[in-house]
Amino acid sequence: MTIDQDPRTVPDDVEPTSSPPGTGRRIEGRSPWALAWQRLRRDRVAMASLGVIVLVVLVAVFAPVVAAVTGHPPNEQFRETGLSPQGLPVAPNGEFWFGTDDLGRDVLVRIAYGARVSLLVGVVATALTVAIGVVVGIVAGFVGGVVDTVLARLVDIVLSMPFLLVALALVSITGPSLTVTIVVIGFFSWAAVARIVRGQVISLREREFVEAARSLGASDRRIMFVDVLPNVLAPVIVYTSLLVPIVILTEASLSFLGLGLAPPTPDWGGMINEATNYYTTSWWFVFFPGLALLVTTLAFNLFGDGVRDAFDPRSDRLIGH
Amino acid sequence: MVRFLLRRVLQGVVVLWLITMAVFALFYIAPNDVARTLAGRQASPETIALISHRLGLDQPIWKQYLDFVWRALHGDLGYDYYHQVPVTTIMGAALPVTASLVLGAAVIWVGLGVTNGVLSAVRPRSVTDRSLTVFSLFFYSMPSFLLGLVLLYFLYYQLTLHGLAVLPAGGYSPLAGGLGTWLQHLLLPWFTLALVQAATYTRLTRGSMLDVLGEDYVRTARSKGISERRVVVRHALRSALTPVVTQFGIDVAGLLGGAIVTEQVFSLPGLGKTAVDAINQQDLPVIIGIVLFASTAVVVANIAVDAVYAVLDPRVRLH
Repeated sequence: MTIDQDPRTVPDDVEPTSSPPGTGRRIEGRSPWALAWQRLRRDRVAMASLGVIVLVVLVAVFAPVVAAVTGHPPNEQFRETGLSPQGLPVAPNGEFWFGTDDLGRDVLVRIAYGARVSLLVGVVATALTVAIGVVVGIVAGFVGGVVDTVLARLVDIVLSMPFLLVALALVSITGPSLTVTIVVIGFFSWAAVARIVRGQVISLREREFVEAARSLGASDRRIMFVDVLPNVLAPVIVYTSLLVPIVILTEASLSFLGLGLAPPTPDWGGMINEATNYYTTSWWFVFFPGLALLVTTLAFNLFGDGVRDAFDPRSDRLIGH
Repeated sequence: MVRFLLRRVLQGVVVLWLITMAVFALFYIAPNDVARTLAGRQASPETIALISHRLGLDQPIWKQYLDFVWRALHGDLGYDYYHQVPVTTIMGAALPVTASLVLGAAVIWVGLGVTNGVLSAVRPRSVTDRSLTVFSLFFYSMPSFLLGLVLLYFLYYQLTLHGLAVLPAGGYSPLAGGLGTWLQHLLLPWFTLALVQAATYTRLTRGSMLDVLGEDYVRTARSKGISERRVVVRHALRSALTPVVTQFGIDVAGLLGGAIVTEQVFSLPGLGKTAVDAINQQDLPVIIGIVLFASTAVVVANIAVDAVYAVLDPRVRLH
């Protein structure tokens, strides 16, 4: 790490070699978090990906504006203008920029609304996954003994279940809804987080600062969540950022298999599912929702890679600066 | 070694037993109206009760579970609700399809993934490394159903449109019906599955190769004057492959329970598609049979991977 040589921060009248603390060159004690953030900000690929993510968020937030500008509500079927005389989807044109789907609905407007589902599920289901995983991992690793054995078997069970299959079966029983999708994804994904956290906690448990906290009379719960938790956050954050795109793809896969949100709610995976019978005649019907999905997951993956690199500069770097 | 394996097998059996209980509870506690569906719309309550009785659905759930376990231990997974075909027969017909798909794809994804990973690691940060990285991240982010449709559009539809009807739109043709048609039907599904999977293997191989290439014994090998190719392939790759073997075992096992999305896109009547069809019809015995098979595959693969690991790396055995 080079010392900041920016002339604006170095007053001219200060001797650089013997400056007392608080003056002269800024040699601040930077926390690992500040260092990671600094590295991340210098990472052009990660920042560009973040820009794309922000763009997708804006599209999701302003989906009603897209609908207003085009004058096409997301679920309205334009049987006159939106379908060809043969009843097929209409190609992109001045009125329907991304064309229409099999029911004569505007693909562009539906993609904008679909971004809401993808992002909402991506963020909320990931948060749920990480929350369960961290709590189980910390408790299993810290308490140990029988509790650890039971939780470890539970992790084994969840990891051995065929996730997509059981998820599909569950959704078919409960009926599709946003909540069910989020809960199902969260329920089947926490085990991997728990495994990572548990491993970290087992080595942290024996460290002096835990002993110090205990000798000060801290309760187990306080040690787990005030002293140990901050020390496992770095790997958890890295894993979280790489989990979001996986969750988005999972949601899309569930919808593609016909068990996402109930139609007519616009949803990228569901749109591609509806498009499978039309891919030969109406490429735009597959292409635009597919592109939206691909760009979003790619941006999250590239950003997640940047986050990983920022926390661990020695890590297996994928895309260069 | 024997004790280690024995303990792992025992743990695996416990895990499987708990999974059957969880799955059974999940499906049988949920309200299901199979008897009503089967009886038809105008059926009298007596007919529905009769059908319920014939399917054993009027028994208390613990009794149904015990019956299920007892029969399962004798290799009988029950009959499907709609055609009274043994579940094992249905699965027996679907398994070769899934196996053909997964094993063929596995050859491609391991070949592609490991080769790309080694090429990346030999010259980190080179143009080759970065292009391969972009390539694999691209496919890593690609939903397999999208890739399947893209491949179908160009390699089936456009080719056929231009008079080159080489590849079919989907479906399966058994190996017994001829190697040529079998290959034709599986080529696109293989690449759909493999390109998405290969990305993970590229990343894994690259990372593990970079670690190993920094080890002392690699430097020793180099200093002995062995050719670089030999150092990379014989000395480094061999130990770098250990995490790849682990991942491979788990991935293949996970997919043997049905490569659901790929099978759906290409209308391959494998375990995944059979399961999805059963789910849509609430055909519980078929669902449970396939879930049980898929979980068993994962549990067995985990034990096998541990055993292989212990053989490859004697240090593991102590734990």
